[in-house]
Amino acid sequence: MFRQLARRMQAGWRSIVVFIPYVWLLVFFLLPFFIVAKISVAELVIASPPFSKMIEWTDSGAMTIRIVFDNFIYIFNDDLYSRTYINSLKISIISTIFCLLIGYPMAYGIVRSGPVAKKLLLFAVILPFWTSFLLRVYAWMGLLADQGTINNLLIWIGLIDEPIRMLYTEFAVYIGIVYTYLPFMILPLYANMEKLDGSLNEAAADLGSRPTNTFFKVTLPLTTPGIVAGSLLVFIPATGEYVIPDLLGGGNVLMIGRLLYNEFAANTDWPVASAVAIVLLILLVLPMTIYQYYQGKATEG
Amino acid sequence: MYGKRSRFLTIMLVVGMAFFYVPMILLVIYSFNYSRIVPVWGGWSTRWYGVLFESEEVWSAVGLSLEIAVLNATFATLLGTLAGLAMVRFGRFKGRTLFGGMLVAPLVMPEVITGLSLLVMFITLKQLVGWPAERGFTTITIAHITFSLAYVAVIIQARLTGMGQTLEEAALDLGAKPFRVLTAITIPRLAPGMVAGWLLAFTLSLDDLVIASFVTGPGANTLPILIFSRIRLGLRPDINALATIIILFVAVCVAIAALIMFQQQRRAMRDEQIANREVA
Amino acid sequence: MAGEPTASDTPWLDKDAEPLIRIKGITKKFGEFIAVNNVDLDIYQGELFCLLGGSGCGKTTLLRMLAGFETPSSGTIVIDGADMSQVPPYERPTNMMFQSYALFPHMSVEKNVAFGLKQDKVPNDEIADRVDDILKLVELQDFKARKPQQLSGGQRQRVALARALVKKPKVLLLDEPLAALDKKLREHTQFELANIQEQVGITFVVVTHDQEEAMTLSSRIAVMDKGEFVQIGTPTEIYEFPETRFVADFIGSANIFEGEIVEDGADHVRVSTSLGEIYIDHGQSTKMGSRVWAAIRPEKIHLSKKAPTKSGPNQAAGKVDDIGYLGNSSIYKIRLDTGQIVDVTSPNQIRPKSRTHGITWEDTVYLNWEPSSAMLLNK
Repeated sequence: MFRQLARRMQAGWRSIVVFIPYVWLLVFFLLPFFIVAKISVAELVIASPPFSKMIEWTDSGAMTIRIVFDNFIYIFNDDLYSRTYINSLKISIISTIFCLLIGYPMAYGIVRSGPVAKKLLLFAVILPFWTSFLLRVYAWMGLLADQGTINNLLIWIGLIDEPIRMLYTEFAVYIGIVYTYLPFMILPLYANMEKLDGSLNEAAADLGSRPTNTFFKVTLPLTTPGIVAGSLLVFIPATGEYVIPDLLGGGNVLMIGRLLYNEFAANTDWPVASAVAIVLLILLVLPMTIYQYYQGKATEG
Repeated sequence: MYGKRSRFLTIMLVVGMAFFYVPMILLVIYSFNYSRIVPVWGGWSTRWYGVLFESEEVWSAVGLSLEIAVLNATFATLLGTLAGLAMVRFGRFKGRTLFGGMLVAPLVMPEVITGLSLLVMFITLKQLVGWPAERGFTTITIAHITFSLAYVAVIIQARLTGMGQTLEEAALDLGAKPFRVLTAITIPRLAPGMVAGWLLAFTLSLDDLVIASFVTGPGANTLPILIFSRIRLGLRPDINALATIIILFVAVCVAIAALIMFQQQRRAMRDEQIANREVA
Repeated sequence: MAGEPTASDTPWLDKDAEPLIRIKGITKKFGEFIAVNNVDLDIYQGELFCLLGGSGCGKTTLLRMLAGFETPSSGTIVIDGADMSQVPPYERPTNMMFQSYALFPHMSVEKNVAFGLKQDKVPNDEIADRVDDILKLVELQDFKARKPQQLSGGQRQRVALARALVKKPKVLLLDEPLAALDKKLREHTQFELANIQEQVGITFVVVTHDQEEAMTLSSRIAVMDKGEFVQIGTPTEIYEFPETRFVADFIGSANIFEGEIVEDGADHVRVSTSLGEIYIDHGQSTKMGSRVWAAIRPEKIHLSKKAPTKSGPNQAAGKVDDIGYLGNSSIYKIRLDTGQIVDVTSPNQIRPKSRTHGITWEDTVYLNWEPSSAMLLNK
């Protein structure tokens, strides 16, 4: 309602306000993707930078454009890449489900707590976010190692004789992802549940619905937006995760983020690495668009 | 919401909180372990703190990380506030959809992709214009500002939307010109959001490993890069000591924040009492 | 408000009077939705003018166009001879009192009130004097240093009023000024607001959905519905001489009967309705046989248990269907033989001797009303 007026009055300095962050994001966020896309259709050459030019001028002044899809064909034909993509998706989907199974009752529990307990619990969920992510993953290395706390404890109480191998397995990666991303599941769920009208539950109870029935017929459908937002916030970054599979999975767990990093750092095969990134991006475009849609709806004035 | 928490929910909360905090508590306990092998207890000691403090590498990494974090937080807060204002208060403008997309995308973009694309872009820029000549401090800061500003913008947008525009309209109505409205009303009201945004950007920067690893150059090791290179090879007691210091630092900051919030709440309650007393 | 109206009290009747605000052909669309539809209105200096209507009728949009927060889709607004279409809110000779009061929470009462004067670069000592004066007027001189959140609802309302008045605007716009107060305080404040308006002599334009508030406050009321003015007039005109069924029903309540004109005299009309024949002792320029409506206010109908001595117009009989006891008066729902329900309000002037009241459920009662009581409506 205020907009037309705002437009007229703020014509002068408002363009500067938009301009600065806009240009920043164009140059440092959008433009880089185009460069990656460009490199992904180039060929590997021994040079610096190690890829062929897309546009070249011949001596006669004619322009030649070189686009090759070899890198993509290579990725699709190579068993390693397809297995890695599938494994990444598998790990992130299963982790998301576990986050939901643990996070939903936790969020519900927080919402149903007294006013003081609610604040403290919420605080406790946010707090890990402010400490180092890397060090939280590191903490699990100490727990899961062959000589680690869990094995020591189990041997001490006599449940096992030999340490169970947990660190550098897929299990460790699941633990790491769930541990790291659980707050991202709890917070949107909490925000969603908190907004629900408490009298809905009372109305359902008054109309003769038992708590379990009320949960499945009233609460669960109304918290779908929170479930979608939380799941996407876990699924998307988990798919591209690099640190957790590297530290907790060692070399034994195939995940695309790790492969991409190594492709780039060790092999310096930029065109293939770029193609790997583009394929990952394409895989995540749909979930990201859904998330943006939700986010946009939530923040629009 | 109505009703009591059922026993199941309480158990889930207890287990969940234990899941969150037991690993961190153990991390702290083992930092006081004399033994070189982390999980093997060798008696209480602070020797690894000594080792940590003597390491010049650690100090320079801390210095670099803090410098980047402060610079990043400041610029990200400025840019993010401008972006938030543009999104919420400027209505439709040309390219708003793209702008909104670019503001949300960094929040969900996998770090490896952001890092990779920024790196190729810095290399391309260097070839085209010769800048940035060397990767390190500058490139990491730019990379951090790029994703931090999106987080700040989210906070600012949420706050602006929550504030509504009535106060701004009232100021306009009383004769304040739009720019004056911004400085006298909007910015003071946004200040808490900007502080929160600054702290968030600061933390994000200190916490980032992947993007920094991509865009850094030889010799420029931030603290996460240093930690990562060490723990990749296994458990190290000096890292436990470092973790303990970081956790302690965060705990102190959180306590201060809680105290400030508590006082604000008390003030609000006192205000309400004053207001009610007049009526009676 | 008080006393007999004089010529200067009713400038809208004076053909030569120059209006302070002239709204001409104003339309406001939000996309496809037409909030305000081609309205014309003149408001005169010194008026306390009410825009009255239900939610979504366009009254607030019209007020916001006067303040300059909304740009009209078409039409012009002239205030004190100056066209406002290109004038931003911060340069208009209007000030607004917001429904939520919109007090700046980070400024004291004094700073809030001084804010507008500061924008006009008024010298500091003059600001101090004017702030003191206006705070005295609203009886808040002892609360200068308080923050808005340290004030009660009524005090906040007065700060908001003072802040808008201190700039001596040509027009003060008030958006639901009393809606946030509780009932007792609201009644008291209605009179206070009207007193302050008389003292400062500034033209007030008030938006309200509360018809009682509009009736007590205003010099004139514009009743709005679906973005249009349905009727503009003094409170008495609006209540006693509604022009449409909407107004008759919206302001107060009315029993409305559809009918046909059977006799159209110079000083009277007869209408045949389902209630029987209604005789109205004032003329109306209506064609014979055309469809009209007759409306009778519940308090203008007499209720009696005695049958009338002779038959004639303006009477009916029925059974008591329901009684609503309000203390000072009672509402009777009378079911006629036709099945129609007629509302009758009757003041409880006599304290009943026993706990059972004179007229009770299922009693047969007789209704009658004065020839002047029924109102004839064409729409």
